[in-house]
Amino acid sequence: MTVYFLCAVLITMGLYCLVAKKHIVKKVLGLCIMDYAVNLYFIIIGYKRGGIAPIIDPKMRPEALERFVDPLPQALVLTSIVIGLGVLSLMVSMCIRIYEKHGTFDMSQISKLRG
Amino acid sequence: MKPTGMTLIVKTITDFVVGFIVVFGAYIVLYGHITPGGGFAGGVIVACAFILVMLAQGRDVAYARLSHRTASILDSVGALTFLIIAWAGVWGGYFFMNILVKGTPFRLLSSGTILANNIAIGLKVSTSLFLVFSALAVFRKRSFRAFLEDDLS
Amino acid sequence: MNLLPYYVAIPMGLAFLIPLLSKWYKGSGEVLATGGMAVLAAMALGSIGSPSTSYYMGGWVPPVGIALMSDGLTVLLLVAVNVVGFLCILFSLKYMRSYTGLDKYYALFMLMITGMNGLVVTSDIFNMFVFLEIASIASYALVPFGIEADELEAGFKYLILGSVASTMVLFAIGTVYAVTGSLNMADISREIATKHATGDLNPALLLSAAFFLMGFGLKAALVPFHAWLPDAHPAAPAPVSAMLSGVVIKSLGVYAICRVFFNMFGFSPSVPSTVIIANSIIAFALASIVVGGLLAIGQWDYKRLLAYSSIGQVGYIMLGIGVGARVMATGGPAPVAALAILGGLFHLINHTAFKSLLFLSSGAIQYATGTRDMKRLGGLKMRMPMSATTTTLGALSIAGVPPFSGFWSKLIIIVATFKAGHPAIASVAMGMAFVTLAYYVKVQREIIFGAVRGAVEKAKEVPAVMYVPLILLAIVCVGFGLLYPVVGSRLLEPARDALMDGAAYIKVVLG
Repeated sequence: MTVYFLCAVLITMGLYCLVAKKHIVKKVLGLCIMDYAVNLYFIIIGYKRGGIAPIIDPKMRPEALERFVDPLPQALVLTSIVIGLGVLSLMVSMCIRIYEKHGTFDMSQISKLRG
Repeated sequence: MKPTGMTLIVKTITDFVVGFIVVFGAYIVLYGHITPGGGFAGGVIVACAFILVMLAQGRDVAYARLSHRTASILDSVGALTFLIIAWAGVWGGYFFMNILVKGTPFRLLSSGTILANNIAIGLKVSTSLFLVFSALAVFRKRSFRAFLEDDLS
Repeated sequence: MNLLPYYVAIPMGLAFLIPLLSKWYKGSGEVLATGGMAVLAAMALGSIGSPSTSYYMGGWVPPVGIALMSDGLTVLLLVAVNVVGFLCILFSLKYMRSYTGLDKYYALFMLMITGMNGLVVTSDIFNMFVFLEIASIASYALVPFGIEADELEAGFKYLILGSVASTMVLFAIGTVYAVTGSLNMADISREIATKHATGDLNPALLLSAAFFLMGFGLKAALVPFHAWLPDAHPAAPAPVSAMLSGVVIKSLGVYAICRVFFNMFGFSPSVPSTVIIANSIIAFALASIVVGGLLAIGQWDYKRLLAYSSIGQVGYIMLGIGVGARVMATGGPAPVAALAILGGLFHLINHTAFKSLLFLSSGAIQYATGTRDMKRLGGLKMRMPMSATTTTLGALSIAGVPPFSGFWSKLIIIVATFKAGHPAIASVAMGMAFVTLAYYVKVQREIIFGAVRGAVEKAKEVPAVMYVPLILLAIVCVGFGLLYPVVGSRLLEPARDALMDGAAYIKVVLG
């Protein structure tokens, strides 16, 4: 139970960093923390007490199959990490372009458009 | 000509190590259906080798070994190979079906199309990450100093 | 032969092929994109009226494998996405000539189409998330395509908010998997109905429903998640704005909400917590109608006014769907729910037609005169008759003037809301319809009629490849209004039946 709570704390930390910081690269880092916290949540879902890694070995005994941790969330997390990487590279290149056009990294000086 | 890249020690060690990194990455790609890893993880490691060359030796040496145009072509070829293998499954009846010979488990040449897909993805990911890094490396030195000194919260 | 995987494979193949071939043949992006979208639009139009099918990818049977499926709602969205995509590609053949890096534009556009097509045909929830991300990332890259200062700022804001929404959706998917143990939407629906909803809904599922509504609601630009839209849609190039406002917010937002809440969670009187979900949808929808309408009146930037109008109209769509959901959840009469959902879906396809028409016309005006500030335009009718006439038809249609299509869909939604027992909400919706009329009359007066002034002096009509999509969309606006019996029975009623009857989804996918 405490593990889920700590995961939620991590998501909140990422969200706080996204909202409270003014430097746009720090906002990007906050978003990354939130992304990886949700990936961690996925892996925690699949965990089993006393579980072992779900790799089939030719010399293992058949009883070991029941002690496997759930491998499906691990495949989902792989996909999610790749997606996070794509978004991160897009965000960082956009930060660089913003710096070249606006001259600053400070969000309060970049917002000329009123949402 | 102004010396580019890092110091001589770093350059020498990089020359030794890059080959090993590429081989390790290729091992993770090829054995992706038996041990953890696969196309994406192995591709990232091979991309690290390319990026290491660019960091240590400078941009021009890196582009001489793997030019922007070649990387872009290999990127598209990797992605298209993946899609063609998926399309070839239609002969077996369904899109994405595993139609190649399956072989005996736990050997290298087993599990049909998974091996071919891993190689295609490894090619695509490695060249893609190299291209992303080289696009970000256009950032000039003046901007970088300002980035470090920006005293924001 | 089942064509479902080709909706994803063709645009994805073209997206990878265009950058490759552009190294040797310069114009290959335009040729391939036009040809591919023409094929997709023909496939989508040809699948109207076909029975519901499913396709097991790789031969793996669900819930072990991923299954693609197509029912009435899927066909409705496929037609919308592919036909509007084809018309926007035609428009961008001439419009995007002033931008550089065009092969990347066409490749990103095909990736956006891949994501949207994939999202509507899949029946596996994590696969839906992956396609959602593909379409979103392609649109994040397309919005600041001409790399100016305020475009970048708008694109950055859209990127950050959209990524937060996707993270929320991923969290919700994790929770649903933890409770039910499966990722296939039909299987999850069966598990929820049999095991986790006896008495009341499992609280973890209610939490995941809240996160789904938050995530998909941001993609659909419901208030209070709308803050990215008024900056992102005007900043994008006109064909991208037309795609974003016309189909992306419908496919990624409204369709996903419908699928997840009607077919996966299910609204029924035996599960009391689903009324909370329906009430939230109605509350967000009403807030969107009010905020979108009131903030649109004071705008002088034409595209920004259209963006606020989008927020309002998506509010109408979700009002129809929310009222139908609430009637289903409280056990009310089924014909009222059917009417409300029919109104919502009819407004969805209408809004696709007229909002993309209006955004493309704004692109035509910008191409011809170089500005989109309404204070500097006027009297467009004299100089650009085709664009002006089609803009007028689109504006009349969205304002709800009979006999155009927008009148009928708004009428159905308001009547259904009255019959469901919410007279206050229906009166607010009716009042805001007059506000919509007011600001579109303002648009007409400022831009189209009146004396020629300002930047319109030297304008001339746009090239044929740009006004032909406008004419086709205007014909759709008029045609859906006059030919409702044909449209309704072949396109809308199968979609409505797919949403009303949750159990049919399980039968189509799992067999």
